[in-house]
Amino acid sequence: MFVAFILFLVVVGTLIFHFWSPYWLTPVASNWGSMDQTLILTFWVTGAVFMAVGLFMVYCVWRYRYQKDRKAEYKPEDKKLEFRLTLLTAIGVVALLAPGLIVWKDFVTVPKNAVEVEVVGYQWGWNYRLPGEDGILGKTDIKNISDKNPYGLDLNDPNSKDDIMVQDADLHLQIDKPVKLLLRSIDVLHNFYVPEFRAKMDMVPGMITFYWLTPTKIGEYEILCAELCGTGHYVMLGTVLVDEEKDYSNWLVQQITFENVLAQNRTIQLAENKK
Amino acid sequence: MPDEFDYKIEAKADMTASDTSAPPIDYVPAAERPEQELYHSKSWWTTYVFSQDAKYIGIQYTCVATAIALVGLALSLLMRLQLAFPDLSLLDASAYYQFITMHGMIMVVFFLTALFLGGFGNLLIPLMCGARDMVFPYVNMLSFWVFVLAVLVLVASFFVPGGPTGAGWTLYPPQAITAGTPGNLWGIVLMLVSLVLFVVGFTMGGLNYVITTLQARTRGMTLMRLPLSVWGIFVATILALLAFPALLVGGIMLLLDAVLGTSFFMPVSVSMGELLQTEGGSPILFQHLFWFFGHPEVYIVALPAFGIVSDLISVHARKNIFGYRMMVWALVIIGALSFIVWAHHMYVAGMNPWFGYFFATTTLIIAVPTAIKVYNWVLTLWRGNIHLTVPMLFTLGFIITFLNGGLTGLFLGNVVIDVPLSDTYFVVAHFHMVMGIAPVLVVFGAVYHWFPLVTGRMLDQGLGKLHFWITFVGAYMIYTPMYYQGFLGVPRRYFEMYESSYMSTVGLNVFITLSALVVGLAQIIFFYNVIRSVLKGEKAEKNPWKANSLEWQTPKMPPEHGNWGEKLPVVYRWPYDFSVPGADKEHIPQNVSPSEVAGAKVEKT
Repeated sequence: MFVAFILFLVVVGTLIFHFWSPYWLTPVASNWGSMDQTLILTFWVTGAVFMAVGLFMVYCVWRYRYQKDRKAEYKPEDKKLEFRLTLLTAIGVVALLAPGLIVWKDFVTVPKNAVEVEVVGYQWGWNYRLPGEDGILGKTDIKNISDKNPYGLDLNDPNSKDDIMVQDADLHLQIDKPVKLLLRSIDVLHNFYVPEFRAKMDMVPGMITFYWLTPTKIGEYEILCAELCGTGHYVMLGTVLVDEEKDYSNWLVQQITFENVLAQNRTIQLAENKK
Repeated sequence: MPDEFDYKIEAKADMTASDTSAPPIDYVPAAERPEQELYHSKSWWTTYVFSQDAKYIGIQYTCVATAIALVGLALSLLMRLQLAFPDLSLLDASAYYQFITMHGMIMVVFFLTALFLGGFGNLLIPLMCGARDMVFPYVNMLSFWVFVLAVLVLVASFFVPGGPTGAGWTLYPPQAITAGTPGNLWGIVLMLVSLVLFVVGFTMGGLNYVITTLQARTRGMTLMRLPLSVWGIFVATILALLAFPALLVGGIMLLLDAVLGTSFFMPVSVSMGELLQTEGGSPILFQHLFWFFGHPEVYIVALPAFGIVSDLISVHARKNIFGYRMMVWALVIIGALSFIVWAHHMYVAGMNPWFGYFFATTTLIIAVPTAIKVYNWVLTLWRGNIHLTVPMLFTLGFIITFLNGGLTGLFLGNVVIDVPLSDTYFVVAHFHMVMGIAPVLVVFGAVYHWFPLVTGRMLDQGLGKLHFWITFVGAYMIYTPMYYQGFLGVPRRYFEMYESSYMSTVGLNVFITLSALVVGLAQIIFFYNVIRSVLKGEKAEKNPWKANSLEWQTPKMPPEHGNWGEKLPVVYRWPYDFSVPGADKEHIPQNVSPSEVAGAKVEKT
């Protein structure tokens, strides 16, 4: 009795904890509410299976606990039952997988009108780059990286000059405008993760990875690195601000282009030479 | 050859079934090969240190694996204290990352793998197959001592300049070997050398487990009469023999990158502001190699647990395991599928996003045979006569824990749900439930079950029950809240627990740490019980649980060198003939011939 009762409490307690505790997903701030929907579907389907199998087990423990004159049943197999259970499970699995794959298709299909934004991860912080007036990001190579060229831009690529350099942990995005985040790392693996946006992807040195999203809620959200990147991993934080169009433009005009950066460097260089 | 002689008589008996004293129902197939001569040790060293007796090697493996697991446990408790009470300043960030790395690697490879295959494999395979020993006893001995060497090298990394590696147990480059990660010079090298040694040692043992199962079964012991424990260990060993080479390859290449400056996994990259002289390597290639090993590794730990739990549940519920053949095929199918699901650990690693379709599909297919196993365990309880002994309690705890951990795998396997949840505490909770706590509960159940076989004494059942309840309920309370931290997006591997601005989890975090401390300390009960019982525990009667499998049918208990005395046992049935209608006794051991239990209405196995 005691055993069955405690096991019952564990199974039912799981459900009670779910309803009683306040912990749950953060309110979604991007178009990836569809991820939440598949997650919640899976939560309830698997939750129901957990309760059903768990409670059935508890029932068996209680009902068929040892009694001196009881004799267990002798029944090695029941093909019909085994087949039915297999079929039912297979159907359940398909029902969970299919919606997941449909959302995955959305996730890997970037809309044509998405604006490109580059995120550069380094030990331990974030930088960003926007394509500037021409709408095209200039080429980069880690080999080009130096004090004066922290992103490693290609100086000979005409598309580089007007690229907007955001050498700051804060990134602004415009609400309801799809963005394609181009993710780049200059040293080790990182991962650009904003819990409210749901999406995440590793950043791998030597590669450009990506994902896309549309911010849907104005606000400030924390950026976390979600791939272990050394002792400073836990402080590799940043902020993303989702703005109205006006606020976004105000922020944008304050940013400097790569040309400005080069010019600044030249001025500093000249000043130093004069000394 | 007496065997051939027997065989001829029997062949004749078959033809003239009516007028012979040996009824054809007791038919025994002929021995296919003569018995091998048994090795006998000659000195103290070869008896107690470099022993070649599989039973003894199994105990050696168990002791060393358990000792290193205590180190892993201590590390985890220190980490939990640091996370919940940062004001104590127990650890700095470097130490924290070194501890998570060592904890993970120790528990997965040096504890669970070594314990299930080296420990239980050596103890159970020869006894359950009806063999006198492993097929290659000398290689078996070497396997253990190379494992010891691997453990020593691993432990040595705590004492070298810079300390052990802090790259996470996945050891991902470039980070594992560049500045900015603790132990990037000495620590990582010792870790990789230790892993290489482990693979070498394991391969020698693994060949033994597979070949002994295939070649050294006694007469009548068909594959489909093997206890599921042996099936689980057998399939897991095949997985390990095929998967560990990927780790070996990855490990050696990473070692070359670290020591000789090659670029197998190193692209052009910067380290601490300076351009490294590396070019052309692929960090993702390492991840593929690692997880090609790493995913089967999950099943290397899980399948023996599945097998052992099937036997425990059947013996203690006094009922045959339900759907034996389905259980065997499920083990084999899970094993095969486990080789084509590895990249579900890499959905957000930056590989081609189209891979997601393939790996999500294969991963969710694995849920079907796994679910069947769970159904069959529970259906074995149905209409059983359940003795709530300590091994049975651990079995029940395992089912709940595994059910919980297995079902949450459906979240992470389904690629698009993995995107928000990967690298969060949800993952930590999932894999600890499914391949940490669940197998460990089986280990405890198995120790309580087979302790009398090994020592001739019983463990104290009262202490055992106390140990069970604290461990099971406590562990459940550690990991269930972590799922919810994961839903909130709290990332794993953060030295300072991330506080979501949406909702604080400080309270949960302290609760988790307190639960972990209670569970950790409760293990003292277990070790006290073991030591006390070895010294002055209640003497066990022969076959105390009234089980059918062969390990309990040896002439002496604990079994002596060579296991079977004069004559090898002959097997007539599967090991699950419990509560057979018409039989006098509740159980019919595998070596009881049909003519001895004439009235029993058994199904043919």
